[in-house]
Amino acid sequence: MTDILLITFAISLILLAVANRLSSYIKILAFQGILLFGIAFIELIEINWVNLVFVLLETIVFKTIAIPYLLNYVVRKNEITRDTEPYLPDFVSIVLITTIILGSFLLTNTIHDPNVRKIFLVVALSALFTGLYIIVTRRKIITHVMGFLVIENGVFVLSIAVGSVMPMLVNIGILLDIFASVFLLGIFANKIGDVMKEQDVEQLSNLKD
Amino acid sequence: MTLFQSGMIGYYLAGALAISILLFFNRSNRMNYFLTILFVALQCGFTWYAYNHMNTIELIYFTPDSLGVLFLIILCVVSVPAFYHSHIYCNSKQENARHRGIYFSAMVVLLTALSAAYLSNHIAITWIFVEITTLSASALIYHRRNNRSLEGTWKYIFVCSISITLVFIGILFLSVAVQQSGGTDLFYSQLYRKAGGMNVFWLKLAFLFIFTGFTSKAGLVPMYTAGIDAKDKAPSPAGALFGSVLMNVGFIGIFRFYQIISPTSIFPWANKIILITGFLSVFVATVYMLRVKNLKRMFAYSSVEHMGLIMVGLAVGGIGRYAAILHLVLHSLAKPTFFFQMGQVYRIYKSKSIYDIGDYFKYNLSGALVFLFAFFVVTAMPPSGMFVSEFLIFRSLFESGHIVLLVIILLLLTMIIWAFGKNIFKMLFSKPINFNDENLEKINPVESISQFILLALVIYLGLNPPEEFVNMINDIISNLPT
Repeated sequence: MTDILLITFAISLILLAVANRLSSYIKILAFQGILLFGIAFIELIEINWVNLVFVLLETIVFKTIAIPYLLNYVVRKNEITRDTEPYLPDFVSIVLITTIILGSFLLTNTIHDPNVRKIFLVVALSALFTGLYIIVTRRKIITHVMGFLVIENGVFVLSIAVGSVMPMLVNIGILLDIFASVFLLGIFANKIGDVMKEQDVEQLSNLKD
Repeated sequence: MTLFQSGMIGYYLAGALAISILLFFNRSNRMNYFLTILFVALQCGFTWYAYNHMNTIELIYFTPDSLGVLFLIILCVVSVPAFYHSHIYCNSKQENARHRGIYFSAMVVLLTALSAAYLSNHIAITWIFVEITTLSASALIYHRRNNRSLEGTWKYIFVCSISITLVFIGILFLSVAVQQSGGTDLFYSQLYRKAGGMNVFWLKLAFLFIFTGFTSKAGLVPMYTAGIDAKDKAPSPAGALFGSVLMNVGFIGIFRFYQIISPTSIFPWANKIILITGFLSVFVATVYMLRVKNLKRMFAYSSVEHMGLIMVGLAVGGIGRYAAILHLVLHSLAKPTFFFQMGQVYRIYKSKSIYDIGDYFKYNLSGALVFLFAFFVVTAMPPSGMFVSEFLIFRSLFESGHIVLLVIILLLLTMIIWAFGKNIFKMLFSKPINFNDENLEKINPVESISQFILLALVIYLGLNPPEEFVNMINDIISNLPT
């Protein structure tokens, strides 16, 4: 069951490559939240229940409801146009993200380690690099934040893989999530909207030598 | 464990938190002075306590060891003038009381988080406090609330968030390695003991991620960019903290992990990576120093150069390790002088660009002397203490047979000194273009005293280091294999 959820997660990464609208990005992020909820529930069922409730709350309340709501709010409030404005055409994106997944698959296959389940590693690494790819190739500041959230999801998958032995790390990962999302998004995306008319990264190129 | 059984650090954290909350809500100027003085007293008292209780575990996750205490002392020394200049800064701007409250509150949180990160004996706790430093530092960078400070803050938060995520991934890989060697905790002491039995592959991955992540704080290639914008856009006293104590926290993150892997077989490999990073940092700093026109950014790039040298010293080993720690200490005392002085420069010229600034001797004699001395100290000319440490780093390079690297680094340093000197002397002696010197603000020479004291300290520590200081540095590097 975990495998199916993880594979679905990887497919949602490919979907990110071709999605053209900000709203579809937000929906995919919410969907990933649900997937993570499922994975966390199955994998972490045997850790103590306080931790478990904490993790489940984080995935459902935070990743699936709060963050997409907040993103929607920021998009509407700042009247950001709905196109994601990639620098590269969709076809290139889909090829590159498939390559990323294939690459992490091959990379992970070189590891000979019975204690680590490879599928977690494959999905986590793919999410990490896909997030970086989105940050690099999209023009809007808000899509940078979304790319970062994809990275966070990847890290969450990774932390679940080691989480049943060290629940503390999962909690810290959640701390990272909350820190990054609330801080980056809630406070900052709002402020940037107040100061700047166009939400392009080109607006953020005054500081240089 | 309740607060009352937890020893001094519990009181310290609670007290500092209370002070920062009070500062946040306080609107009165006099109360502000009182609270900052109270915090400085708390900080100094805590440092004194930590110094006298070395290597005792407190609140489970904190152990004052030589490295932590040494950095804590530096933090104390630098934070006093930082608060002093912050008050001057806020008074000269007729700051809005709410913004001033946020500024001082964020500074207190930053210093507290730094102290806790220095003393932490658990890799995840270090990580949490480093994250808090990002948070509080960004409040300081955003202080001016204009377009450019917003850009600086955004970049700082974004790059730091990504690098803090990288560190977290590194910790996850490390925990995989720990599980296989039979450990269950991530305490540094335990990691150090178990490191020999860990899987090399996971350890290597962990090192790469943790090292890359911490470079954003330490100001090294590849993540140095965020720090540059931060130091440039933050108010000068905050920039002084970013250029010294905040870089130390990056170093401590790298160094503690470096100690863990020192007994393992990947140690030579890690040294190679650190050496390359250090060299690239010096190289990048040179490239930017030659073309940079904004003085504050120039000082920031100079920090990148010094951190690069420190990493080179650490990686080549031998006497270089001692020199690296010494250099780090001296650098974190010397670099703030530039930033503190820059605050005064900005009040006279209302600009940081080298084109608008000049003839500084005429407008502020004591400040110009600070720049002159600080230039000699930071470019490591004798009698500066940094001359000693840089010389030792070069000696270790020579002894370990890195002759070509040594020659290239010396050439790069010559270029840096040339670029640095060109800009400093231009600002001290040549006339500024289109500068109207009527109604200038008169700077009180008293404001420069703190910088002279810091510079004197650098010279003193380099030429005549107290025995206690030398013992501390030797203790810090005693865990590393020869």
